[in-house]
Amino acid sequence: MPSVLPLGDPAPSDGLLPAQAADGAAQRGFGLYVHIPFCAVRCGYCDFNTYTATELGGGASQDAYASTAIAEVEFAARVLKGSGLPPRRLGTVFFGGGTPTLLPAEDLARILAAAVAEWGLEPGAEVTTEANPDSVTPESLQLLADAGFTRVSFGMQSAVPHVLKVLDRTHTPSRVPQVVQWARDAGLAVSLDLIYGTPGESLADWRYSLETALSYGPDHISAYALIVEDGTKLAAQIRRGEVPGIDDDDHAAKYELADELITAAGLGWYEVSNWSRTPQQACRHNLAYWRGDDWWGIGPGAHSHVGGVRWWNVKHPTAYAGRLAGGASPAAGRETLDAETRNVERVMLEARLSSGLGVSGLGESGRHAVAGLIADGLVDPALAFKGRLVLTLKGRLLADAVVRRILHD
Amino acid sequence: MSPMARTAPVPAATDPAIIRNFCIIAHIDHGKSTLADRMLQYTGVVQSRDMKAQYLDRMDIERERGITIKSQAVRMPWEVDGTSYALNMIDTPGHVDFTYEVSRSLAACEGAVLLVDAAQGIEAQTLANLYLAMENNLTIIPVLNKIDLPAAQPEKYAEELANLIGGDPDEVLRVSGKTGMGVEVLLDKIVRDLPAPVGDPDAPARAMIFDSVYDTYRGVVTYVRVVDGMLHPRERIQMMSTRATHELLEIGVSSPEPTPSKGLGVGEVGYLITGVKDVRLSKVGDTVTNLAKPASESLPGYADAKPMVFSGLYPLDGTDYPVLRDALEKLMLNDAALVYQPETSAALGFGFRVGFLGLLHLEITRERLEREYKLDLISTAPNVEYEVTLEDKRVVHVTNPSEYPTGKIAEVREPMVSATILAPNEFVGAIMELCQSRRGVMGGMDYLSEDRVEIRYRLPLAEIVFDFFDILKSKTRGYGSLDWKADGDQVADLVKVDIMLQGEQVDAFSAITHRDKAYAYGVMMTGKLRELIPRQQFEVPIQAAIGSRIIARESIRAIRKDVLAKCYGGDITRKRKLLEKQKEGKKRMKMVGRVEVPQEAFIAALTTDESKDKAKK
Repeated sequence: MPSVLPLGDPAPSDGLLPAQAADGAAQRGFGLYVHIPFCAVRCGYCDFNTYTATELGGGASQDAYASTAIAEVEFAARVLKGSGLPPRRLGTVFFGGGTPTLLPAEDLARILAAAVAEWGLEPGAEVTTEANPDSVTPESLQLLADAGFTRVSFGMQSAVPHVLKVLDRTHTPSRVPQVVQWARDAGLAVSLDLIYGTPGESLADWRYSLETALSYGPDHISAYALIVEDGTKLAAQIRRGEVPGIDDDDHAAKYELADELITAAGLGWYEVSNWSRTPQQACRHNLAYWRGDDWWGIGPGAHSHVGGVRWWNVKHPTAYAGRLAGGASPAAGRETLDAETRNVERVMLEARLSSGLGVSGLGESGRHAVAGLIADGLVDPALAFKGRLVLTLKGRLLADAVVRRILHD
Repeated sequence: MSPMARTAPVPAATDPAIIRNFCIIAHIDHGKSTLADRMLQYTGVVQSRDMKAQYLDRMDIERERGITIKSQAVRMPWEVDGTSYALNMIDTPGHVDFTYEVSRSLAACEGAVLLVDAAQGIEAQTLANLYLAMENNLTIIPVLNKIDLPAAQPEKYAEELANLIGGDPDEVLRVSGKTGMGVEVLLDKIVRDLPAPVGDPDAPARAMIFDSVYDTYRGVVTYVRVVDGMLHPRERIQMMSTRATHELLEIGVSSPEPTPSKGLGVGEVGYLITGVKDVRLSKVGDTVTNLAKPASESLPGYADAKPMVFSGLYPLDGTDYPVLRDALEKLMLNDAALVYQPETSAALGFGFRVGFLGLLHLEITRERLEREYKLDLISTAPNVEYEVTLEDKRVVHVTNPSEYPTGKIAEVREPMVSATILAPNEFVGAIMELCQSRRGVMGGMDYLSEDRVEIRYRLPLAEIVFDFFDILKSKTRGYGSLDWKADGDQVADLVKVDIMLQGEQVDAFSAITHRDKAYAYGVMMTGKLRELIPRQQFEVPIQAAIGSRIIARESIRAIRKDVLAKCYGGDITRKRKLLEKQKEGKKRMKMVGRVEVPQEAFIAALTTDESKDKAKK
């Protein structure tokens, strides 16, 4: 989650949602995102809304954070009810950060328990936490599994020490197989996060990272091109010429290598940057974002979406805690999407998925664009004829251009 | 010292013997306006207490009244030895492209004040206008201005002026328009040194038009100098070149407000209003006569304004085309030299091919269109007019590279100019190098003073219209000045270079160049476009070709990655807003075949940045 909040309309302090939010809610899935805004070290590339331990106090401190988050869980339950939404059980829960596992596992379990107490979990619900290989133990992982977590996503990033160093990652590569094994032993599904295109990373480095990650037999892999965000330490280093800049062609070559090796290892792509061993092991929480389901985001800077209403919380943990302590909504701003905007978002998000975008839902000019996209090898022709616009490998690398052609041509 | 005149001579009843007609020849920032203002003040035409306000309000008044208060010709009374004289100060256009208009203003005068900045010395255009004045047998009064400046070098430049016009450096007047020092002495000298106009009061009326200005409320205001006879209000007049007749609705003098009079007699200078709406009906250089008693011969020196430089003007936003058309129509009312016709470019859409007197005229016109009509324009690289003779003897005049004939060509002629460059002598080598690289042939070189030279070259016009002056300035650290005039034509080995994107010819980038320079142009333009055009989803070859022969090629590699790696819950709003912004950005794209070319790329590719690059080296 980037740290810069969008500009939107003011959000009311009672948090109540406009009537449209409840329309058709019973047919939509419902999930919970919990943002944990702490890290042991601030990574050079990261512009997420996260803070190191010593930076915060009051209700925003690490010690008090679980209670503050639980206050928003309870607030969320009141708002949804008060806005006329039907009671729905949680299909997915995702703890992200920051580094969720910097909090004691008991705190994460406590927040989850509060959410389950409010809404309940669907049978077979997916409950994930992100984790840094440095900040888990066999015991903490077991505790999470016992509390109801089903899945852990490790920020492995790379298997190459000099690449990890540029990224400011502190873990030693040899720790990764160990934590994967611990997670397995606890009964958790395992996902590994990788980053490619780090300054100084060769294609061979990247191949080594991929092969290493695949050798651990993960259920799921996310591989992201490094994005150099304005205002990060890495952006400054590149600007000063201390590290080389980002090259899109290098990114493209590495993406193609990733897809080749991951697919060869038996995983399949289901979103531009995500592969899973079976379709059932795709991250259902993330799929909910791309399919326009409802979710509530707990925590400072967290985004939420319910029935075409998007909002985002105040960014700073102290301001966030203060709002909740006063019984007010922590939302900083929100937007209510009209039908056209929802359609733009649908195209923008569903085009990224292997399940694709329904061609029949496109306007006339959008349908017209499909022929050109097929001709340019960006869209799978057979699936397009069956009514689904699904990107080819080349198309995935140019997904944003494809979206523009569908929407703007 | 002469006092302000107690009584002013009355128009239409002024003896030519007490009339003095003069202009001020000066470079643009050598202080002509300030000196003119000071003269208005000292002769009592403008009250001292109004002076400052009037000066500052000038632009607003111009806008409000249409006629400029800094009038084309101001009549000022001035008394010397008890006699009241009528002084007519005639304005001269200030820049290089209007040589013809300058020559007509000079022809309306018996004398000229040669005004030179005492810190800078004479500039090439001033020198050219001085030569023009001397050819017209004008009496020259040399004056150094701004002598109050610490950097003034009056001795050095007085010597330079004395060398140019003959005479003693001590006779060069020294004034300061700013403080008023020496201005009264100058007014006395104008009366004493300039000859009075001579004409036949009983002959049929003949008056020469030296300027003609469009006014929103009054129509065209025509400025004339009466040579023979007399013009009266209400009589019918005739323009001798076109035979068009008009009723003289009003006749008068500017002093400086337009003041109707009972007529204008021999030697007098004033304005005519006939109600016509187009300056083309009142052409500079033409002779006005009386329809009832017409003159048999017009005054010498009339010539039609001839456009020398052509450029395509296109609105950035195609929907602005009607605005551009209306704006050109309006500008044309006040600019007899402007010609245009509609033109279509595959790359740029609908626009106009516009003919100008020179590059400065082009720049001024473009700036006025952009500022006064709020237009964003692309102007294509300026072209001259080529005369192409085909093997079947057919002759085609080409002002746009896209009109260049594709058949067998027997001969191409290009317009030539004779150019005069003034600069400190340390830059002679650099200037010669520049002129020779532009296919120039040296005509001669003279020392104006110990360290300043005048260099004369004959050059193809096409070689100086693009960036010559900018480069001259940078090579002479700003000291070089340039003047040019048309000087026939010559046969040249010219070719048309086309630029193609993905095999599609982009007409806006075609150029007619000398064969020896075709390759350099091709390499330059293809290289420039490779930098300026963003990568597309496919490879884009860029080629330069003469006919079907490729002389240079570049390639824009296909973009391989255009996707945001992470698009999760918190990224969606930001990503969508970016998409909306990109949609706006697409409106500023021109499609060449399937290639999206940003407007900025067109502008940058057509902009002369060669001079800047060279300045850096």
